[in-house]
Amino acid sequence: MSDLTRKTAVELADLMSSGETSSAEITQAHLDRIAATDTAVHAFLHVDTEGALAQAADVDSRRAAGEKLGPLAGVPLALKDVLTQEGVPTTAGSKILEGWKPPYDSTVVKRLRAAGIVILGKTNMDEFAMGSSTENSAYGTTHNPWDLNRIPGGSGGGSSAAVSAYQAPLAIGTDTGGSIRQPAAFTGTVGIKPTYGGTSRYGLIALASSLDTPGPCARTTLDAALLHEAIAGWDPMDSTSINQDVPPVVAAARNGDVTGMRIGVVKELGGEGYQPGVGARFHEAVELLTKLGAEVVEVSCPHFQYALPAYYLILPSEASSNLAKFDAMRFGLRVGDDGENDAEKVMSLTREAGFGDEVKRRIMLGTHALSSGYYDAYYGQAQKVRTLIARDFARAYEQVDVLVSPATPTTAFAIGDRVNDPIAMYKNDLCTIPSNLAGNAAASFPVGLADEDGMPVGFHVMAPVMRDDLLYQVGAALESALADQWGGVLMSKAPELEVTR
Amino acid sequence: MPSITREEVAHLARLARIELSDDELDHLAPQLDQIIGLVAQVSDVAAEDIPPTSHALPLSNVMREDVNVPCLTPEQALSGAPAAEEQRFRVPRILSEEA
Amino acid sequence: MTVVADVLPIDEALAQYDPVMGLEVHVELNTKSKMFCGCPTEFGAPPNTQTCPVCLGLPGALPVVNARAVESAIKIGLALNCEIAEWCRFARKNYFYPDMPKNFQTSQYDEPIAFNGWTEVTIPSGDGETETYRIEIERAHMEEDTGKSTHVGGATGRIHGASHSLVDYNRAGIPLIEIVTKTIEVPPAKAAAVARAYVSMLRDLLLALDVSDVRMDQGSLRCDANVSLKPHGSSALGTRTETKNVNSFRSVERAITYEITRQAAILSTGGKILQETRHWHEDTGITTSGREKSDADDYRYFPEPDLVPVAPAREWVEEIRATLPEAPPVRRARLQTEWGFTDLEMRDVINGGALELIVKTVELGVDASAAKKWWLGELARAANESAKELGDLGVGPEEVAEVQKLVDEGALNDKLARQVFDGLVKGEGTPAEIIEARGLALVSDDSALSEAVDRAIAANPDVVEKVQSGKPAAAGALIGAVMKDMRGQADAAKVRELVNSKLGI
Repeated sequence: MSDLTRKTAVELADLMSSGETSSAEITQAHLDRIAATDTAVHAFLHVDTEGALAQAADVDSRRAAGEKLGPLAGVPLALKDVLTQEGVPTTAGSKILEGWKPPYDSTVVKRLRAAGIVILGKTNMDEFAMGSSTENSAYGTTHNPWDLNRIPGGSGGGSSAAVSAYQAPLAIGTDTGGSIRQPAAFTGTVGIKPTYGGTSRYGLIALASSLDTPGPCARTTLDAALLHEAIAGWDPMDSTSINQDVPPVVAAARNGDVTGMRIGVVKELGGEGYQPGVGARFHEAVELLTKLGAEVVEVSCPHFQYALPAYYLILPSEASSNLAKFDAMRFGLRVGDDGENDAEKVMSLTREAGFGDEVKRRIMLGTHALSSGYYDAYYGQAQKVRTLIARDFARAYEQVDVLVSPATPTTAFAIGDRVNDPIAMYKNDLCTIPSNLAGNAAASFPVGLADEDGMPVGFHVMAPVMRDDLLYQVGAALESALADQWGGVLMSKAPELEVTR
Repeated sequence: MPSITREEVAHLARLARIELSDDELDHLAPQLDQIIGLVAQVSDVAAEDIPPTSHALPLSNVMREDVNVPCLTPEQALSGAPAAEEQRFRVPRILSEEA
Repeated sequence: MTVVADVLPIDEALAQYDPVMGLEVHVELNTKSKMFCGCPTEFGAPPNTQTCPVCLGLPGALPVVNARAVESAIKIGLALNCEIAEWCRFARKNYFYPDMPKNFQTSQYDEPIAFNGWTEVTIPSGDGETETYRIEIERAHMEEDTGKSTHVGGATGRIHGASHSLVDYNRAGIPLIEIVTKTIEVPPAKAAAVARAYVSMLRDLLLALDVSDVRMDQGSLRCDANVSLKPHGSSALGTRTETKNVNSFRSVERAITYEITRQAAILSTGGKILQETRHWHEDTGITTSGREKSDADDYRYFPEPDLVPVAPAREWVEEIRATLPEAPPVRRARLQTEWGFTDLEMRDVINGGALELIVKTVELGVDASAAKKWWLGELARAANESAKELGDLGVGPEEVAEVQKLVDEGALNDKLARQVFDGLVKGEGTPAEIIEARGLALVSDDSALSEAVDRAIAANPDVVEKVQSGKPAAAGALIGAVMKDMRGQADAAKVRELVNSKLGI
């Protein structure tokens, strides 16, 4: 049998239902692949070999007993280390949570289990999802499988790199300002940010509560849709969860017809400051969509230029409060408890030792933005800008079905390039942030490689609230048309990783 | 004129319970100043009569029935505790009274 | 070290200054589950047995609002004549403290669920009459309780001198309603009494609404008192202090009086009042400095993003309004008529904090005057002696009804019943156990009684002669002698019957 790690989730599911292979074999193949490649990639913070094999064996025995299983039962997955899984170390990429084993499952994990999906382990990320490169992880940087000297994007760089390195066909990410979509773009994979409230945040270690959204990562649009369907839907444990049916994402991914679809190119997201190769691939993809029958127009969203500053007020404000619980009292790291220091001092010493620079920067920025005397000018004004951005989207969606832009201004950059320039790092997320502020659904699909560096380029699609299906419709159309051109999905062009034994 | 001084950053660190070193203050204060310069652009937007958005979606009245669900066991509750004693979380002495 | 402040006698203090007060009362609701999770709220459970990821503030956990708590908040708001918000949000109050799991309290800030209300309290005016004062209610809002710390090491078990603390999060997340008055301005000499009457009225109201157990001894009603002084005739407000931990009706009155006398002593010698939190000490009857208000009080409130707004439908509010019990003054008038009490009797009942207890006792089938007799007599005396609230004696309406039933059946007389109550207050067991242990049953053995009567007649020939010479009232002495002989354990009516029949009258 050919290499199981090269198969899509759908192909693996077929092989299992036809009895050609088992989840145990598939899981073992991926564990072997992780063992062989993760020294170079460092996508995983924790590999749960025993747990994964036990889950696989369970699915196999249920299948043997004739139980009706979900479409992804037995398929392995990489889980971003920001979601709790009972008894499995969960760090959110931070020293302050080193060794913490949550006593409960996140809703996403509960649903993965219910779907019979096998969790291989926890993937690397920027600390508390603050970053765009995984360089802010307390446990080392993840390397981009396309070029190990480059970052894989962030914060969910580990999840996208794992998918891109064939360590897992599926992964879960979380997207607060682009943390699923930007790494997908940088690694030539598919990354979906569902509508805010379409997937549950229960058990997601919060960065910014009003923005965080868990979502699927995969190498194909259909795989992503199946995973989306498995994890999405109303959760009574999350007050911000939407009590409606999941949009028909799988049907849309199978359909992939954009005939008559109205597509708006966002005028403000592109042009100056965008890498030429990114612009070129983006425009080709837009033309391709036109050829496929879509009606493409230019749309203006004048307030998008303020999305980045508004985001860097709202996110740090919420984060400064969300991260207050990391105080050395109930769980996690404790520093300086020598019998003399009081609780307040121990809290301060622990937070000093346990948080990295970016986390400290954002906590202090948020503390400042919420302080009396600054609230109205900063946090209050940012919330008004948020309203204006939502109105820009609403107006745009009166004219078009979806909006499109490059997913990122540049391709993946070299490790170390932007670590000392927070603002340059923040600008990675220019295109992705507006959808988080408005709660829309959005996705990045691979559309080729930039000529100048040979690195993947992501095509960004934004759809109205609870119209996640439109994303998949566009993604599937592009994917099949490009596969016809290339003879396969973009990932088939990725260089072979050197395998260590 | 920086938008935030080193002293103000030190004050924020105290409010946020982070024991910053002098070196870190030297390093973080100018970065924060730069970032505040960026985010202060929001004040360029005329938005006086615009309602603020605190939640991405306009949901309301999400409530649960007043019923009990199983708790964690005390062992689970205390499983992550840096220190525990008499089935309670052991914490360093508390100097100031509650706010 | 606690420094005992100088105080100015209250008369002198009030001769120079007018007190300005505000009261913040925190009420724990009697919901089955916590404010934001399904954990039970039972008092006194073993530590950390009523917690979950939500109320422990574990990473990733999220809150969901308890509908019943919202309903209770609306009930309280309506009963205090408040407007009910058409739309309101929760907010995070950010500050670090070890017993607060998330290091922010989920509360309400500028959008409380109930606001702009009023209520009335009645106090005795000293000449046998009563006076009624109107208290304006600023707001009532929803929030959550914190965990409980035990301070270990050090001599006193208090926070100072402790080596470390142990935290139990069972209480964390129990729903609280904070009821805040506007500034209360009443004649200076009445201030403390009005404050006490207000808290007492709230307790009655909350009990009648059935939204809280209102057990002050268990901390389910807690009061913070803001007090400042201004010189007579001045309109400039003084610096105020916030006294915490004022957890009984009597301490409300005492703590406010103390704070007036302490502040007056400082102001009259040209000193300045510090804006601070102070702690009331029930045992010593003083307040001590807690924490000076500072920039650490920058709570950085912002709308809670994990919870969506609460927008109570007007139909729901009206439904709740329809279920409200009658307003306390109306109810009192009705009860007074039903019970046949005089104005004076009714006032004693109210001032004695016995109203709800008598209501419950009467519901159990006890005659109203009998219920009043026990609650305002034996039990009030016991409460007074032990400096407890009447409701916290460990004797409830059920026990009173049980004892009264025994009296009605002739198994006890009032004197023996008093001994039973004494036993109940001392925790000696159930009425039956106490009767057994103390040997309190009335002697119903007719032959024993008959012999005692014969002995009394034989020992008092002069009395017998008086009775037989046409002075039947003199028989009282014989009855007294029999009762003494029986050590009180006889039914006086029965003794009278026997004496009369033996003397042929």
